[in-house]
Amino acid sequence: MSEEAILQVFNVCKAFGGVQALLDVSFSVQEGEVFGIIGPNGSGKTTLINCITGFIKMNSGKVLYKGKEISNRPPNQIANLGVTRTFQIMRPYYSLPAYKNLVIPLLSPRARRTGGWRGGGKLGDRETVSIDILEEIGFERDSFVPYKLASSLPTGYLKRLELARCLALRPDVILCDEVFSGLSMSEIASMVPLIEKLQMDGITLIMIEHRLRELFRVASRIMVLNFGQKLTEGIPEEVMQDERVKEAYLGSEKASDYI
Amino acid sequence: MNLQERRKERIDRGIKVRTEGIYAVSSWQEVTYLVLPRLVLIIGILLLPFLMPSLYWNKVITIVGIYVLLALGFDFLAHFVGLVSLGGAFFIGVGGYTAAILNKSLGLPLAVTIPMATLGGAMICTLLLLPALPLRGVYFAIVTLMYPLALSRIIEALNILGGTDGILGVASFPNRWVEQYLILLIVIFALFGLRRLVNEDIGLVFRGVKDNDQAVRASGLSITLYKAIGVFIASGLGSLGGAYLSHIYNWAGISQFALDFSVIPIAATVIGGGGTLVGPLLGCFILVPLSEFLRAFGTLRIVIYAVILMVFIMFRSEGIMVYAQRKYHQFERWVKV
Repeated sequence: MSEEAILQVFNVCKAFGGVQALLDVSFSVQEGEVFGIIGPNGSGKTTLINCITGFIKMNSGKVLYKGKEISNRPPNQIANLGVTRTFQIMRPYYSLPAYKNLVIPLLSPRARRTGGWRGGGKLGDRETVSIDILEEIGFERDSFVPYKLASSLPTGYLKRLELARCLALRPDVILCDEVFSGLSMSEIASMVPLIEKLQMDGITLIMIEHRLRELFRVASRIMVLNFGQKLTEGIPEEVMQDERVKEAYLGSEKASDYI
Repeated sequence: MNLQERRKERIDRGIKVRTEGIYAVSSWQEVTYLVLPRLVLIIGILLLPFLMPSLYWNKVITIVGIYVLLALGFDFLAHFVGLVSLGGAFFIGVGGYTAAILNKSLGLPLAVTIPMATLGGAMICTLLLLPALPLRGVYFAIVTLMYPLALSRIIEALNILGGTDGILGVASFPNRWVEQYLILLIVIFALFGLRRLVNEDIGLVFRGVKDNDQAVRASGLSITLYKAIGVFIASGLGSLGGAYLSHIYNWAGISQFALDFSVIPIAATVIGGGGTLVGPLLGCFILVPLSEFLRAFGTLRIVIYAVILMVFIMFRSEGIMVYAQRKYHQFERWVKV
């Protein structure tokens, strides 16, 4: 792990009317790290991702990416800098086939710049690239699956399609919003190696997750949120021993049972 | 009684030909299957001036062409970009006035004013609609409806641009053949151009904006930019129609902001089948001549017109083209369940 912090978040505050969704949340993520964010429902995890990626304007606070401020910039600009996200409720283009879904991110300025001739050449090249990306993420190239309409794909493939959309942008950071939720045990088992592979490719991952067992396999550090405030941060084993975390998140005395 | 025991089974016909991107042209049957409907449409459109030679119907054909441009723009915006626009009258008015001003004040010939009014009108419309682009659905529709109403009142109240008299003495076309065939060719090019555009890469982005605009933002593309391009294309088509209208009537006036231009394209899209692009064209070719035929009934015209529309919407709400495409592309048979 290199020493350089790729993403730094300082004192992010966000209130929806009278509800304080986030209060003074700060953390920093090293390059190439897998950083987990956990917390009970409504603790502000998704809001935090929305604030970092610009989908929601924060009330106060600062986000630095590679030392440059990106707070409150439009989401498409932030994505073009290399900070991409997946959506918890999948947002594919239902009326398009899976491989055509990826043509849209491949048209972004970032993909055209970094993709070279394959990203922006003649007609058809983008479709070849998108099939390559889909294969990388677990769509069988020779099956019908990549050519099916997104509306007819099961949840497992839609979650992969979310990741594939991020990969099409050749990202430096991916913020994953519950990629394991709604999947069966076998689907999760096949997703974990994908996440590990992304990490080996040098992509920094920030993962919101309720599936602690799988998260702890890949994450090197964990941050716990509760009622919009940061409870603690550290390596998974330490965090789970923390009394406040047991009380707030797990509601149980024996947190270690869940690991 | 035993209705539940039977259901209609639909089987795709000629799947090889219809698969997008793969054009299997291995036999003359498949080529015919593919080409025939398009050929019938194109030849049918091009023969119209000969089939209806009277001066009165010549004008009607030209007017239909203008409505087709509006309907294509509406269908494109509504079903491929996700913006419901009631701005037909706005586009026509801006295009019409632009062409008239260019022709009268600067003395430019018709061959220059129509392209310039198309581009200029599209630019003016896009700029004026720019603040409304973040809106969606009925909110965007209201803003586009407000512009023609406001502009016609402004022209009336300030007595600018000829006031209620309009701009008179705009140049006319050299002869009726040029007048008709130019608009029919433009219509054909607009139809097939748009059909091609929505399957190109940029067309996929438009469809993405309609399907899921947040995902487009997460993909690093500005939705405002793409919506603006979409509005530019649709308003360009509308302004072209407006410029044409000024030149065939030799006049531009506030009646070009009439709501007919906003409403008839929508009715045509509903009748023809939304999202097919051919449907709105057919819808216009049915609706506009129909309203001319009904002139024989005097003031009852609108009542009969409304009844026909209502029957259509209640019993064939999917539209002619959606129905026809299904019949053409699929076998249907009853099977026992």
